[in-house]
Amino acid sequence: MENVNFHHALKIREDLCIGCSHCMNVCPTEAIRVKNGKSVLFGDRCVDCGECFRVCPVSAIIIDHDDFNYIFDYKYRVALVPAVFTGQFPEDISLRQIYSVIMDIGFTHVYEVENGVDILSDAINETAANHPEKKPLISSFCPAIVRLIQVKFPALVENIMLLKPPLDISALHIRRELVSKGIPEEETGIFYVTPCAAKIAAIKDPVGELSSAITGVINMDILFNKVYKQVKQRNIQSCTLPIGRKLSKKATCWSLTNGEAPYIKGRSLAIDEIKNVIDFLERLENEEVSDIDFLELRACDESCAGGVLTISNRFLTAERLRNHSEDLPEQEYQHPDATSSILENKEFLMQHIDIGEIKPRSMMKLDENMAEAMKKMEKVNRIMQLLPMVDCGICGAPSCQALAQDIAQGDANINHCIFIQKILEQKGELSLDDSVKIMQEIWGFGKTNKYRDLKGI
Amino acid sequence: MHFEFNVEGGNFSKAGTASSQLKKILKQLNVDPKVIKRVVVALYEAEVNIVAHAYNGVIYIDIDTEKIEIKLIDEGPGIADIELAMQQGYSTASPEVREMGFGAGMGLPNIKNNTDELRVTSEVGKGTTVEMITYLNG
Repeated sequence: MENVNFHHALKIREDLCIGCSHCMNVCPTEAIRVKNGKSVLFGDRCVDCGECFRVCPVSAIIIDHDDFNYIFDYKYRVALVPAVFTGQFPEDISLRQIYSVIMDIGFTHVYEVENGVDILSDAINETAANHPEKKPLISSFCPAIVRLIQVKFPALVENIMLLKPPLDISALHIRRELVSKGIPEEETGIFYVTPCAAKIAAIKDPVGELSSAITGVINMDILFNKVYKQVKQRNIQSCTLPIGRKLSKKATCWSLTNGEAPYIKGRSLAIDEIKNVIDFLERLENEEVSDIDFLELRACDESCAGGVLTISNRFLTAERLRNHSEDLPEQEYQHPDATSSILENKEFLMQHIDIGEIKPRSMMKLDENMAEAMKKMEKVNRIMQLLPMVDCGICGAPSCQALAQDIAQGDANINHCIFIQKILEQKGELSLDDSVKIMQEIWGFGKTNKYRDLKGI
Repeated sequence: MHFEFNVEGGNFSKAGTASSQLKKILKQLNVDPKVIKRVVVALYEAEVNIVAHAYNGVIYIDIDTEKIEIKLIDEGPGIADIELAMQQGYSTASPEVREMGFGAGMGLPNIKNNTDELRVTSEVGKGTTVEMITYLNG
């Protein structure tokens, strides 16, 4: 299996995990199992969508990020802030207040991620026009979707547009601009404020690129808490931020659902929430869907406003950004005193906007070798006929199908199925002690011993 | 390996079930995504033909390490002139039906483009048999 050591931002903390299987049941790629009372993640299947993070009742799933103090390793510290960050705050807190507090807590520059949008939207339309064979062109915006297609829809990998997302375009622009102002590149750290785990994985282990222009990642909830605390405590009036650029209407709403689609020529469709996306891609792969030119696909409901690291209600965030964008110009607004516009760098950025080939890394295959895979499939089919097909999850796998595949791969035993255990016990082929032991190997001691230890009920 | 799927005529909500299943199977067998795409597109087209034109049908699929053989046998009106049906854009649909967006042809040319071997036999009033073979290493 290739890329087994794939970087994941999502990690399960074994010391906190209670093995409740909530995460196993919601994982859209069936990447989680329960073993010895703890959740275990299959790295080659995880796409960092963060659905597990949302449902964990004990916060045992964490999102790996850089320590905030890491920013002070750099003399010039750039906060690269997405529009949804500003949408986290109540209406009475202004954009300038938010940005000036970000400067107060340690950053030397604040840039908006969506600056890159005005460059990108032209590039998307160009790609769509020059590559009709890629139709429908699938946006590369959401890294969880790019990974989902790699592992689950390998035939659609070639439809993904090979263009940098706004984040990377903006980061390139910032590097170039700061260098042009005489700031040494090695003294500049660019820190992205992320609403989700997938963006972190994309920065630490970029798909189609060797490295990222972004230095580090700060989780949105952490920065929100720092900024909101300052705003609350000091009721800030001062504003250290110069009057700057204003994002265009298009750029402000780009990360919301239907942010990209209206700006791409032809017939475009926007779909959010990973299960909706999977359902649509199944149809697309069969060519049941045709004559669509562009697909904006996002893993989270309400797109980035619904990112797993956001604090505010996703509908409110989206509404705030849309309200805010109503007063904004169609094109980037350039105040005479402002720092330079990204559009001045357009030629350079367009030269560097492409990313390399994205390779499929199918998680579906039972074996590299087709003859072996056929043997395993026959075994899976035989096992499936023995299983109850209730998908209870007691075996520590999310479905009977998943258990059957695990057994065929040698990762599980058919006696992990509670229904089969009962029959084996009845036939005298499995002792009660052994049956309890099997349960303990899956669910750990705590859960299996609860009833025995509580006397007098 | 052998698989069978029943197809119900007239039920468009279920059209595509067999092709979806075959797609999943081929992915698990680590077949080249490009080959999977061709086979699945051809089967989907043929499956929809049964739903649209026939009363019912059965799809038989045989897979070995060299090829994928698919046979679709339906009970239906049959095709009077197969050669004509194989032509791009040929359809028995009336102009009214075409205006509604249906009846752009049976998609037989599309099936042909996506398979290595295609054989269509039919008996009017009885039904149609479509056989297609896709080689995995060619």
